[in-house]
Amino acid sequence: MTTLTLSAAHTVEATGAASAALWLILLPAGSAALLLLLGRRADRWGHLLGVAAPVASCVLGLAIAVQLLGTDASERLHHVDIGSWVDAGALNLRAGLLVDPLSVTFVLLITFVGSLIHVYSVAYMSHDINRRRFFAYLNLFVAAMLTLVLADSFLLLFFGWEGVGLASYLLIGFWNHEVDRGHKVSGAQAMDNSVASKKAFVANRVGDLGMIIAMGLLFAQLGTVSFHGRPGTDEAGVFDLVADGRLTVAMATGIGLMLLLAACGKSAQFPLQSWLGDAMAGPTPVSALIHAATMVTAGVYLVVRSQPLFDTAPNARLVVAIVGAVTLLYGAIVGCAKDDIKKALAASTMSQIGYMMLAAGLGPVGYAIAIVHLVGHGFFKAGMFLGAGSVMHAMNDEVDMRKFGGLARRMLLTYITFGMGWLAIIGFPGLTGFFTKDSIIEAAFSSNAYEQAWQPWVFGTVAMLGAALTAFYMSRLFFMTFEGPARWEPGVHPHESPRLMTWPMVVLAAGSLFFGVVFGKMPWSHWQGRLGDWLAPSVGGHHEHADPVLAWPIITFGTLVLVAAALWLSWQKFGARSAQVPRTAPPGSLVTVAARNDLYQDHVNHGLLVIPGTYATRALVFTDGAVVDGAVRTVARSAVAVGDLARRPQTGFVRQYAAMMALGVVVLIIIVLAVQI
Amino acid sequence: MSLMNYLVLSTVLFSVGATTVLVRRNAIIAFMGIEMMLNATNLALVTFARINGNLHGQVLAFFVMVVAAAEVVVGLAIIVAIYRTRRSASIDDVNLLKDVRDPA
Amino acid sequence: MITTIAATLTDAGEASTGEAVLFWVFAPVMVLASMGLLLARKAVHAALSVITVMICLAFLYVAQDAPFLGVVQVVVYTGAIMMLFLFVLMLVGVDASDSLVETIKGQRWVAVLGGMGLLVVLAGVVMTVAPSTPTGLDGANTPTNPEALAVVIFGSYAFALEVVGALLVTAALGALVLTHRERLVPKRDQKTRMQARVQALGDGALLTPLAAPGVYARHNAMDVPALGPDGEPLELSVNRVLKVRGQEADAAEYAARIDRVLAGGWADDELPAIEAAKDATSEEADQ
Repeated sequence: MTTLTLSAAHTVEATGAASAALWLILLPAGSAALLLLLGRRADRWGHLLGVAAPVASCVLGLAIAVQLLGTDASERLHHVDIGSWVDAGALNLRAGLLVDPLSVTFVLLITFVGSLIHVYSVAYMSHDINRRRFFAYLNLFVAAMLTLVLADSFLLLFFGWEGVGLASYLLIGFWNHEVDRGHKVSGAQAMDNSVASKKAFVANRVGDLGMIIAMGLLFAQLGTVSFHGRPGTDEAGVFDLVADGRLTVAMATGIGLMLLLAACGKSAQFPLQSWLGDAMAGPTPVSALIHAATMVTAGVYLVVRSQPLFDTAPNARLVVAIVGAVTLLYGAIVGCAKDDIKKALAASTMSQIGYMMLAAGLGPVGYAIAIVHLVGHGFFKAGMFLGAGSVMHAMNDEVDMRKFGGLARRMLLTYITFGMGWLAIIGFPGLTGFFTKDSIIEAAFSSNAYEQAWQPWVFGTVAMLGAALTAFYMSRLFFMTFEGPARWEPGVHPHESPRLMTWPMVVLAAGSLFFGVVFGKMPWSHWQGRLGDWLAPSVGGHHEHADPVLAWPIITFGTLVLVAAALWLSWQKFGARSAQVPRTAPPGSLVTVAARNDLYQDHVNHGLLVIPGTYATRALVFTDGAVVDGAVRTVARSAVAVGDLARRPQTGFVRQYAAMMALGVVVLIIIVLAVQI
Repeated sequence: MSLMNYLVLSTVLFSVGATTVLVRRNAIIAFMGIEMMLNATNLALVTFARINGNLHGQVLAFFVMVVAAAEVVVGLAIIVAIYRTRRSASIDDVNLLKDVRDPA
Repeated sequence: MITTIAATLTDAGEASTGEAVLFWVFAPVMVLASMGLLLARKAVHAALSVITVMICLAFLYVAQDAPFLGVVQVVVYTGAIMMLFLFVLMLVGVDASDSLVETIKGQRWVAVLGGMGLLVVLAGVVMTVAPSTPTGLDGANTPTNPEALAVVIFGSYAFALEVVGALLVTAALGALVLTHRERLVPKRDQKTRMQARVQALGDGALLTPLAAPGVYARHNAMDVPALGPDGEPLELSVNRVLKVRGQEADAAEYAARIDRVLAGGWADDELPAIEAAKDATSEEADQ
């Protein structure tokens, strides 16, 4: 194991642009509040305000990044104190923002990609009567996401965590009522959309439970939930105390696993991944921003942010890696079978986040490359989602890829930008994915990330296999959409989207092209790349992994060979002139059917959780009625019965009352005499 | 003769008075039973005073008499008031203090 | 006049022989009288029984060195309270005899059980106490019983006395309130009656008292109507009871007699016929 240099323990009071970090959140939050409170009065100009807020935040974020770049690497951990937030007995928590390279990286990703998607949405939602509300929700999401990444404590992070969950819920179910203009939504679709949003919400609650338990354990063990102590005070934060060895390995493992549960919920990792596919019910920009580029990566952020905890708990880290590896294959297999373009992309997102989780689970060698891949993925996946939205825009909201085909000639710009994203994700040499994903594969093969000798072989192979599968399903998606003969529905006339939609796609495609080569890690070098350097203060310093168990050229070229093979197979089946893509899905093999059904995860969930839950609820209702209410009723009935008995002597005859008194006196005196004798 | 005889006489009178209250329906006679019980206690008090050699028992008996006088005034006034409205001096007729659902 | 009473207890704390005789004479009387209260059918008899008990008690008080209480017993209980009882008995109905048949099921047995139980347990209490030797009131009753009693009452029990006084006043007021009857119609005094009579004049009522009947010199009787100033008989002067019974004399017949006398004849020309008619009517009335 590499020794750690915990430079992260020292934060400084923010100065300059960094001290204005609160405005990063306030701008979109204020915009969302304004748009929601003004209501229909803001309909005409609401989208402009909605676009302006993230753009302003983005500019401020850039200013902060520039300021941090101008300082020494060890002084890039800035802290902004907001004020006393929770003052409840032993828990005295001040709200504050942590402005460090990690959070600023996320701020830039969220605001930059977010701004582009906002611009795109202006055109995409132009016919929707609720466009203002849409922008309000989007701004709310941006504000919550920024809160999440800027928080200086688990509790404030959780606040943002729930905020993005709320925004996600609102946006997945945005079309939850029948609409017959703009984006047409039938009643059945509206119902499905509502169910999808509820599913996402509930699945996230399971993860939140882990977060709450983790916070409770931290507070019970360490007495604080802040990341670091406030500068200028002698308070210590969680990470300072953990670095000081205040947590036992077992406790750190428990907390790590609980945090992993939270991350699984938010990032759609196995076994809480089932909601992401259905979340595609939301408008496509939402899928691009929330369910591809930013929110779903919050789990990765949480794991990377909590790296001091995971560093003390190797077993928890191993579980993170296993979850990542499983999800990586899971998403890839599901992605191979989906005909719905958005669901295929969602499965791809799941798989790519699996890569990030796997990297984060590798420990110090993996944190930085996980984030690098996360940012790169944010670019090309958002770009592809926007491209998918553009295609749907052209095809009357059709999502079935079997009814696409041959769109390359009609939608050249979309074709090219989508192609950039496609090449980036499959790891075409020189593009973003080649640098970001291959570095993860390489790290997975490196021996110093593990404690057992067999582990690099297993995880490395899985990662490599995942790359091949990625190449296959992404190419399948690309070819089915843009190549081959046209299989359009009658009456569909594809056309290129308006400029407001294409330009963001162009920018994101440029990101897909150049992000990796500029910021990523070169396969032949131990240097972690520019972004890796930049992130070092936040993720515990520089860590170079040992040489992989295979030499890097073998890994790189082996991966490329596999990718090329998958590409060729895909071209043969879906792209070439000779390829026959039936307009209705063929029955398919057992594996295909399983993959189409999300590998029966929903069925398992239904069987293991929903049905027992239903019966448990019924049993509880019955118990409540028979036992709890029964007890209450029995008490009441016995009171009535006693009252009936007591009623009998109440004849109204004074003489009977007097007789009772006389007998009572007799009995009383007898008792007194008996006691005396 | 032992002074205990007075006490025994007192208990006899008290018991008879109590039985009168329980047996007789005429409110006035029942009331007289109460008076008899009071008198029986007075006799006991006077005897106690004699046994103990101080006058507190007699003072208590005196107060019992005064309170009895007050009680009789009010009690008889009540009997008269009831008689005026119901034309009856039977205490069994005054039985409104009962459960109306199940007139026993 | 209460004089100083000699010591009434022997040294052993026993009562004197004279007192024993007195007790054994009075105690049976009192028990019998109390049984009278329990069993007498008539309320008045019960009240008389109670009076007997109370007078006997007064004697026993005096014998027990409590002459003041003895006198108070007679004055207050017998003289005031029992008289009050008798008044109320008169008011409620003196002859309302009380049936001894029990109407409440089981009440008699419960009452007997309660009474006997009380007797037994109270006697038990009396028997089980281990009495000290009675002291007697010779020392306490100095100089006299009323004076010594007054010292205790106005000394130790002054506040209780005040409270009892307040109680008496309250009881008196309570009795007033309880027996008070609200007037529902205005009181008819002389003036309103006179006004009502004058108002009724138009309906044929009389302002003056009715004339007295029977103003004939010869036949001054209740059944004969009086004659008015105009010589006409006044029907209203005869008692209406006589009219209802048909015992009224015929005014026209007497007018005819007057006419005969004025004409110089005898008034009783047809007297036997009148007598016969009268006999017939009286026989009918007898039947």
